[in-house]
Amino acid sequence: MSDIYEKLYYYFQFPFVRYALIVGVLIALCSSLLGVTLVLKRFSFIGDGLSHVAFGAIAIASVFNLTNDMPFVLLITVISAIALLAAGNNRRINGDAIIAMISVSALAIGYLLMNIFSVSTNLSGDVCSTLFGSTSILTLSVYEVWLCAILSFAVVAFFIFFYNKIFSISFDENFSRATGTKAGAYNIFIAVIIAIIIVLAMNLVGSLLISALIVFPALSAMSIFKSFKSVTICSALMSVTCTLAGILISILAGTPVGSTIVAVYIVVFALFYGVGKITVRK
Amino acid sequence: MAQLTCKDLCLGYDGKVIVENINFSVSQGDSLYILGENGSGKSTLVKTILGLMPPVSGTVETSDGLSPTQIGYLPQQTMVQKDFPASVREVVMSGFAGKSGLRPFYTKEEKRACAENMKKMGISDFASRCYRELSGGQQQRVLLARALCAADKMLLLDEPVAGLDPKVSHEMYETIDTLNKKYKMTIIMVSHDIPAALKYATHILHVGSEVFFGALDQYLGSQLGSHYTKIHGGGEQ
Repeated sequence: MSDIYEKLYYYFQFPFVRYALIVGVLIALCSSLLGVTLVLKRFSFIGDGLSHVAFGAIAIASVFNLTNDMPFVLLITVISAIALLAAGNNRRINGDAIIAMISVSALAIGYLLMNIFSVSTNLSGDVCSTLFGSTSILTLSVYEVWLCAILSFAVVAFFIFFYNKIFSISFDENFSRATGTKAGAYNIFIAVIIAIIIVLAMNLVGSLLISALIVFPALSAMSIFKSFKSVTICSALMSVTCTLAGILISILAGTPVGSTIVAVYIVVFALFYGVGKITVRK
Repeated sequence: MAQLTCKDLCLGYDGKVIVENINFSVSQGDSLYILGENGSGKSTLVKTILGLMPPVSGTVETSDGLSPTQIGYLPQQTMVQKDFPASVREVVMSGFAGKSGLRPFYTKEEKRACAENMKKMGISDFASRCYRELSGGQQQRVLLARALCAADKMLLLDEPVAGLDPKVSHEMYETIDTLNKKYKMTIIMVSHDIPAALKYATHILHVGSEVFFGALDQYLGSQLGSHYTKIHGGGEQ
């Protein structure tokens, strides 16, 4: 046991490990808060689609040799988020199909661009780390940590401030529209925030595993708890705990950060689901 | 004086007209039943009255101290709500979300009104229960209590007894009738239920290829009304 403490103590001497832990927890918190709403509103796949868009944007940024690609990627993803949501409201075009189309296109174009205008010698390694986020969380700069902290604070503040409206719109959009809530504006707002979270989360788990970060805490909490408030609080707590555990395990065992976190999520989800099945009241 | 007036309404979407020439007005205390075949544009009319979609042409006006957002709405159940984790109290409270503007929390007064509306609907006992675990009739009462929180003058109900068994349907109609008679709320209801319309309605709006609006006995006297009620009304009378 003291071995583990010593090893952790040793690793925490390095600032990049501390950064990774701070950023990891913040992202986990943000994504879990909106995860509940996204899952309930049947928007689980928007996370997946947007993360592919962000991947395409990163590819473009690397082709143009942008040294600081975060603002560019953020901008593209926010625009796509709003576009996807607007398409979801258009009854003539199937929202599902649009999301699939955009996400696959972004993925393909991104890979194509990286291939044609290859700037590094290890292309598949680059792609792999963008998709699975194997090491990028360990290479965060102080600037990125601050950016992440400020944006996460904004997301949490937004969520608490508009908690009642978010509940009302998620539960019944038509009713809240009819009784005077500006549901359209909130939907765009939520889309922007999702885009921000996804760009942040790409540094943690990479674009392919972002959906897990959004979906698992919400589904786990929903299998046990019965009210929106308790589900939200539970998924936030669970998300933060799992991410902490995942990062610590990956440090100790030397496994990839993103996959380890998701593995922890899977175990906890199975646990919650089992408990929910046993204690279900009818 | 009319609370709600629809003039020369022509409804549809994407430029496609479903139903036209809808003219009617509703005054305080009226109980208007909207009848018509499936696909005749009843739900589109509801959405237009609520301002959820624009009419192709014509106007919807509210007056007599009623604003467009003061129409309490009882929608048909959606798929999302079937697995939504929410307590009864949370759902009823959300009726106030549209009124609270940018205020992030509900006031004491709103919480008191919420408790009162739950009592009115007889659901106080399961305030902490999970909405999705209730029976269909109980869920409708919860949504009705929410609509009461949002509006206290007019209720717009979209097939409130769809999927309920006859006994629960009857209780639901009685509850709505109490709101109409005792609390002087104006009721606008989309329905397929002719016997209920004959029993509770003061006015009828029939939409379809032919449009009729008038008092209940006028409707029964009309050719359209007598024909339609004969086909659909036989069952439960």
